[in-house]
Amino acid sequence: MLLTVDHVTLYRYSAPVRGVVQSHRLTPSSFDGQRVLDWQVTVSDGLRGGGFRDGAGDFVQAWSIQGPVSEIEVAVRGTVETSDLAGILRGHKERVPPQCYLESTAITMADLALAELSDSAEATGGGLEAAHRLASLVADHIAYEPGSTIAATTAAEALALGKGVCQDQAHALLSMARRAGIPARYVSGYLHSSADGSPHEAAHAWAELWVPDLGWVGFDPANRCCPDDRYIRLGSGLDALDAAPIKGIARGHGEESLDVRLAVQQSSQ
Amino acid sequence: MTRYFNEMYEGDQVRLPYQQLDAWMRNMPAELRQMKQAEAEALFRRIGITFAVYGEGGDPDRLIPFDMFPRVFSAFEWAKLDRGVKQRARALNAFLADVYGRGEIVRAGRIPANLVYQNEAYEKEVVGILPPKGVYSHIVGVDLVRTGPDEFFVLEDNCRTPSGVSYMLENREIMMRMFPALFRENRIEPVDTYPDLLRRTLASVAPPKCTGEPVIVILTPGHFNSAYYEHSFLADLMGVELVEGQDLFVEGEFVYMRTTEGPRRVDVIYRRIDDAFIDPLCFRPDSMLGVPGLMDVYRSGGVAICSAPGAGVADDKAVYTFVPEMIRFYLGEEPILNNVPTWQCAKPDDCKYVLENLAELVVKEVHGSGGYGMLVGPKCTKAEIAEFAKRIEAKPHNYIAQPTLALSTTPTFVDQGIAPRHVDLRPYCLVGERVELVPGGLTRVALTEGSLVVNSSQGGGVKDTWVLAG
Repeated sequence: MLLTVDHVTLYRYSAPVRGVVQSHRLTPSSFDGQRVLDWQVTVSDGLRGGGFRDGAGDFVQAWSIQGPVSEIEVAVRGTVETSDLAGILRGHKERVPPQCYLESTAITMADLALAELSDSAEATGGGLEAAHRLASLVADHIAYEPGSTIAATTAAEALALGKGVCQDQAHALLSMARRAGIPARYVSGYLHSSADGSPHEAAHAWAELWVPDLGWVGFDPANRCCPDDRYIRLGSGLDALDAAPIKGIARGHGEESLDVRLAVQQSSQ
Repeated sequence: MTRYFNEMYEGDQVRLPYQQLDAWMRNMPAELRQMKQAEAEALFRRIGITFAVYGEGGDPDRLIPFDMFPRVFSAFEWAKLDRGVKQRARALNAFLADVYGRGEIVRAGRIPANLVYQNEAYEKEVVGILPPKGVYSHIVGVDLVRTGPDEFFVLEDNCRTPSGVSYMLENREIMMRMFPALFRENRIEPVDTYPDLLRRTLASVAPPKCTGEPVIVILTPGHFNSAYYEHSFLADLMGVELVEGQDLFVEGEFVYMRTTEGPRRVDVIYRRIDDAFIDPLCFRPDSMLGVPGLMDVYRSGGVAICSAPGAGVADDKAVYTFVPEMIRFYLGEEPILNNVPTWQCAKPDDCKYVLENLAELVVKEVHGSGGYGMLVGPKCTKAEIAEFAKRIEAKPHNYIAQPTLALSTTPTFVDQGIAPRHVDLRPYCLVGERVELVPGGLTRVALTEGSLVVNSSQGGGVKDTWVLAG
């Protein structure tokens, strides 16, 4: 499938800040299921910093913006050709050993309920079936309900609440998989939803679990499926914070607000 | 009754390296000694060299006690230490380059994968990023103890930011001022080349994007840090700027320092702050000590960070057990310096042995340093041992144990005159384009009679360390 992305993030500061430094994981990498045909990231008044491919295979690009500045626009435009590999991340060049993704973070830490739910899947030892069972359990116990949680909601809180967004579902899956000794990581990306293409669902997140013999395999509890040709993979990390497409720090005291406009559309050619 | 090796004597005979000091010691009247001791203390006070002691209360700017009786190595003894320490520094750096690269040593089954990749000091953020010249640990502090004329053991390696080298330099400075005659009568190798060697080492690892003379800075967490004195001391001696995180900023592909003449590009950062705090954008978001964006500049080759982020995985106390294996694997050599036999409480059999023999063992936390959270079995009461056993049982993977070593003694000035006290040694190996070791190091001495704990944070003192010219 040929997908075009038009993604604009607008940062506004209540008072001008002296400067901003950002680190982007906003450029998809090419692998068997995904080929980048054209991709451009621009930052208003931004000075391009160093860029490199990290050990996880993601392209990281640094930017700095000299102040005083009260508004920054990060615009991403590009076209990617995708194919359906049933979630298997094949041909992706990376070097970080899977074991590194057994580490819990504050937001993915398992509480008793997550531990019990994980144990009920009898997933210790891993394998594809076990991974599917864990992903289904997450979908069964945390209903997808936009607006029900905030960015800082932990996996444990989302499970207690019984609802959340894709971030919460992914976090819960990471927590349960790691509990069962399965390396698991957070993936941020885009999703083309054919029905209405509502903007908030287009910025998406899911999880990848390590399956012996297959390698990394994506699981999306929000849609009860494995990523297919509607998905564009941007980057990964231990949790949403670690995998964030844009990380930034402003020098100054202005309050930051955020506005996102995003469309992922199927291109005819 | 354990017999301890006294480095000055062999039976009734004074060992060769100490022969000049024997006369010096005998000819020093008690009044002169007291006067000199007071003079030494005044000098240390004036210089301002103090060491804050965590967790003990009292004066945070307390002086670390200085003992005037030097500790001496012959040229022959030192030659072995020199080769052994450099060998270790090479192997540790090869290990770091490997585990952040292809991981051959893990694939070969010579070290367990989880010990490396699930180690909290392992940074996935620097996997595949080769630092300039492939060096990760530029200053390797190797803690050594001696148990006999030719028996040395490595207690631990310090690959991150080992402290204490300022004492090596100051102790010598003060001894030369107080006893100039001693330095005429003995041919003692100089240590004052260290700052220049350190500066050259740091300059040699400037990143590829640096074209001119590299600009070096020392990055300190600030004056609240217990080693702040050392940070400013080394900056002075090297003629480089001492900066805090707020003095640096990232713009475009580089890091700059604010100066009165405007921003100045920085090529090499000798950082004395931990990985977790160097860049809030990459590591701890709540850190105020670091420089936002620094890790991206580093990873794209715009600046060198010494030691390289992630270097800590090599000096972990559980990884320590495998250093002899690293030497064989990477260098194809046999270790010149031995490890202390170590039991890992993470292994059930080892843990059982440790719990049954706590009274004879030294137990340490895997990630601990400075002598905190440590148990010296033979010096503890039954209640203390029982208490510690509970901590081991609760978190076995957090502890390792070693036999109580018969640490050598050297003559030390004490209230009653001169008496043997236990010592260790930390030489500072520099690794850049070349591997260098200044002939000397920091000798720490346990001033309390019978004590085997030499850490300055536990009331240990320091001595000047001599290496005699061959």
